[in-house]
Amino acid sequence: MTSGTVISGPRTDADLTLGGFHPASAPDFLPPSVLRSLQLQRLRAIVQRAFDRVPLYRERMRQSGVTPDSLRSLDDVQRLPFTEKTDLRDSYPFGLFASPMSEVVRLHASSGTTGKPTVVAYTREDVEVWASVMVRSFAATGVHRGDIVQNAYGYGLFTGGLGAHYGAEALGATVIPISGGNTDRQIMIMKDFGVTAICCTPSYFVHLIERAAELGVDIKSLPLRIGVFGAEPWTEAMRDHIQASSNLKAFDIYGLSEIIGPGVGIECECQAGLHIFEDHFLMEIIDPSTGLPCPDGVEGELVLTTLSKQAMPIIRYRTHDITAIIPEPCACGRSIRRIRRIGRRSDDMFIIRGVNVFPSQVEAALLAVEGTLPHYQIVLTRDKGLDQMEVQVEVTPEVFGDTIGALERLQRNLAHSIENTLGLRVDIRLVEPHSIQRSEGKAKRVIDRRGETK
Amino acid sequence: MAGVRLAARPVAPHGKLTAFDLENRILSPDECLSRCELEALQLARLRQTVARAYERVPHYRDCLRRHGVGPDDVRSLNDIARLPFTTKDDLRDNYPLGMLAVPRENLARVHGSSGTTGKPTFVAYTRTDLDTWARLCARFLTAGCLRPGHLVHIAFGYGLFTGGFGLHAGVEHVGAAIVPAASGNTPRQVTLLHDLGADVLICTPSYAVNIAEVAAAEGIEPSELPLKFAHFGGEPWTEDMRAQIEQAFGIVAFDNYGLSEIIGPGVSGECVYRCGMHIQEDHFLVECVDPDTLEPVAEGDYGELVFTTLTKEAMPILRYRTRDISRLDRSPCACGRTGVRMSRVVGRTDDMLIIRGVNVFPSQIEEALLRVEGTAPQYLIEVDRPGSLDEVTVRVEIRPQDFSDKMSQMQALRDRIDREIHSVTGVRVTVELVEPLTLERYAGKARRVIDRRVTRLQ
Amino acid sequence: MKIPQLSLFLENRPGQLGHPCRELANAGINILTLSLADTQQFGILRLIVRDWKRAKEVLEGAGHVVNVTDVVAIEVPDRPGGMAELMEALESASINIEYMYAFNYRRGNDAAVVIRFDDPDAALAILQKAGFKIVSSTEVFDNMAG
Repeated sequence: MTSGTVISGPRTDADLTLGGFHPASAPDFLPPSVLRSLQLQRLRAIVQRAFDRVPLYRERMRQSGVTPDSLRSLDDVQRLPFTEKTDLRDSYPFGLFASPMSEVVRLHASSGTTGKPTVVAYTREDVEVWASVMVRSFAATGVHRGDIVQNAYGYGLFTGGLGAHYGAEALGATVIPISGGNTDRQIMIMKDFGVTAICCTPSYFVHLIERAAELGVDIKSLPLRIGVFGAEPWTEAMRDHIQASSNLKAFDIYGLSEIIGPGVGIECECQAGLHIFEDHFLMEIIDPSTGLPCPDGVEGELVLTTLSKQAMPIIRYRTHDITAIIPEPCACGRSIRRIRRIGRRSDDMFIIRGVNVFPSQVEAALLAVEGTLPHYQIVLTRDKGLDQMEVQVEVTPEVFGDTIGALERLQRNLAHSIENTLGLRVDIRLVEPHSIQRSEGKAKRVIDRRGETK
Repeated sequence: MAGVRLAARPVAPHGKLTAFDLENRILSPDECLSRCELEALQLARLRQTVARAYERVPHYRDCLRRHGVGPDDVRSLNDIARLPFTTKDDLRDNYPLGMLAVPRENLARVHGSSGTTGKPTFVAYTRTDLDTWARLCARFLTAGCLRPGHLVHIAFGYGLFTGGFGLHAGVEHVGAAIVPAASGNTPRQVTLLHDLGADVLICTPSYAVNIAEVAAAEGIEPSELPLKFAHFGGEPWTEDMRAQIEQAFGIVAFDNYGLSEIIGPGVSGECVYRCGMHIQEDHFLVECVDPDTLEPVAEGDYGELVFTTLTKEAMPILRYRTRDISRLDRSPCACGRTGVRMSRVVGRTDDMLIIRGVNVFPSQIEEALLRVEGTAPQYLIEVDRPGSLDEVTVRVEIRPQDFSDKMSQMQALRDRIDREIHSVTGVRVTVELVEPLTLERYAGKARRVIDRRVTRLQ
Repeated sequence: MKIPQLSLFLENRPGQLGHPCRELANAGINILTLSLADTQQFGILRLIVRDWKRAKEVLEGAGHVVNVTDVVAIEVPDRPGGMAELMEALESASINIEYMYAFNYRRGNDAAVVIRFDDPDAALAILQKAGFKIVSSTEVFDNMAG
């Protein structure tokens, strides 16, 4: 939308060829030695920026006896302290900003681990870098100018919607910014506009497939070619199902708002792991319990350092996503390395309809209504492809009124409180006391049945 | 339909706005063209637009031919009266994008608005259109005090609705920072307004009142929020409401107007003199007509606004009947902008309702009921604004075949109606099942809507 | 004049109703009358028993959420119009009924209904003034038919 974000040059025939090389993708193919020296140069600059401008980083680096000057090689990144999600919360709202507000053009927020949101900032350059990695993401999947992109990620504070939007727009595609929800309309638009590429969470697309079948719309007969799916973990089995039932090619995209939003990494047309845009993001895989690096190919926690982010540099962010680096080069020729798709996490966070949820947030919301924390359980299921979250709450004598109306009010208040915290509508089921199973006195808080077949 | 004529004085520094904040700044010299220059520009652009529409849009070629007008017949601005009107129905009949004047692959964006039936109508933009749109929004935002360095909280819905994106691009063009809060989850909006300290609020006026109420309920005095001023649009509001909001937040509130068929927000907006909204006449040709005779109304009288786009590439629109009742003021404005000023919209010529910024037609609700029940039942739509937010109650008469002695089944029916209406209109309503024959029947056409907000507005 | 009524929260699935009934039976407590309200997810079982304090203990001991609410039992003349007169008396005083159910009580020519009012005291005053016979708890417990 800003004139500066237009990355695509004049239209060429190559742009219109499926799999054609997009000029913006050039950094994907840098010779490894050039890429590593670019990374080191950027790492030193960003660490210097963080040290100079962000008290928290300066403090931490001093404590661990590291200075920006002492970074001689990329391996030296291991000497820097980690950054955790809680650091963002504790420095809320502006504590990690490295740019003055006059240079910040955008703020995004995600719900935090407890009440307060996590805020991230972008300068104009950051927004342009974000658009450029999203252009490279789309280009890697084969989206090109002339494609009609239906963007069904939610718009607003969530980075998914605007991130994908700017990328598709800068690529020169036609964007339908439909945002999330209203499935019937999504299907109508997909059909009536001849949509060729769609962005949403993989589970929502499965839901679209099922709903389309109910409406008598044959998705296979539509011109839909490419699906860019992310914001939640998914599996090869799910990809097979999606590709078999829709004739599109399904690509996994990775990102997190603390780093930039979507566009940290993407699968190329080989669909064999996610290329990380290493010129902007430095990746490490560590053993989550020791914090020590894992050798290439060994599974561990992904740790990311932003290499170009001006407004909010992030040093060694613990993503809690478990993956491994794929050491072999990719058949597509990209020199930027790949990671395996994310299968699980090292903490209790779960993702539902693209929203990150910590059980502690649900607790805070229940507490806000009831005053005391009731026994509760979160049950995750998948109904027609759509993630459902049900919070079962045991009824206590304190909240039990003898009219239906009073219980329905309680249900509504609990649902509102959770929606206010998570930005997510969930079902509340009131259950009888002691009906939630306890193990050693403590209830198991999350039951994830999404993987179970119906 | 008596309108309030405001004294031509600029907003006095008050609340948190200083004289410096309120400086009259003009973004583009095109906003201050003399009438003669402006009309010459308009005529040249009108001729271009008509020629493009004639050459590239079959609908317009047919219409113009039927009217016996060719592009060459437009010799003066008065010749606009010879052109055919465009209505919402024309857009719907050309669903989804039958009125494009550019090849499909030149489109950068598609937006939509709710239609009178389930099919929404769509509008399209080229890259150039998007740039124009951003500039036009930037112009009225600048006229209303926005400067680089401000932090702007946008609580309009993003997505197909043009409100969020139009203002977002305008703010970006000005060079201010954005919190893209979108709509919904009001307690979180309050948290962000408080903690991030936005200077500017952009949303519908009724949502601003809601934010004030929720803030107060959360123990935050709205006037203690750092907000300095606001730009409101997307629904009709009144001077009383402006006074109420300004007092609650201690801010200055500006009004703006737009509709997706023409471009979205950016058609017109207030300057610091706040004596009507300057229409950006270098891009939109405006007429004010009697909705019955379609003849121009006398100077300064209320009538229906009709717009012709002068620069839209992707989808030029000739003489679009907005159904919005307003009036035009051509007297000079002290700010120096020469664009004619339109009053607030005081009513509609059709039965469209604007609920929390979303256009809703009673026929959509009827359609949703049809989907659930198979045949159209008796229903009544009641719209009210008890606090700040529009509330819609749809009363539906239970028919014998729908009745069950199980409460659970009745609740399921109510929930199904609820979901269908939300799916068709995008608005959440309260559904009440009522006994058969309790809704009043009227001879001939049933009265489907009771809008209590109207009486509250006056 | 008000009668204590026990309310139980029950999830709406098969077998849920049997459990509290069995608990009461084992404790030798007779259910005088009951009513069940259902919704999609849950139900509320409302009971009148003679020894409601013990019944409450028994049910709570069995893990149920139990609430005690005061309801009013009113005699209704057993003839056409009997119920209508009662309703008219309440309507004319704008007394709101939360819910009601008939119950298995009979004395002479009269039947009775149990009503939960949002303001039972106001309702009692109105009904007594209008000449309706309020059934006391002792009468309820002693005059159970069948």
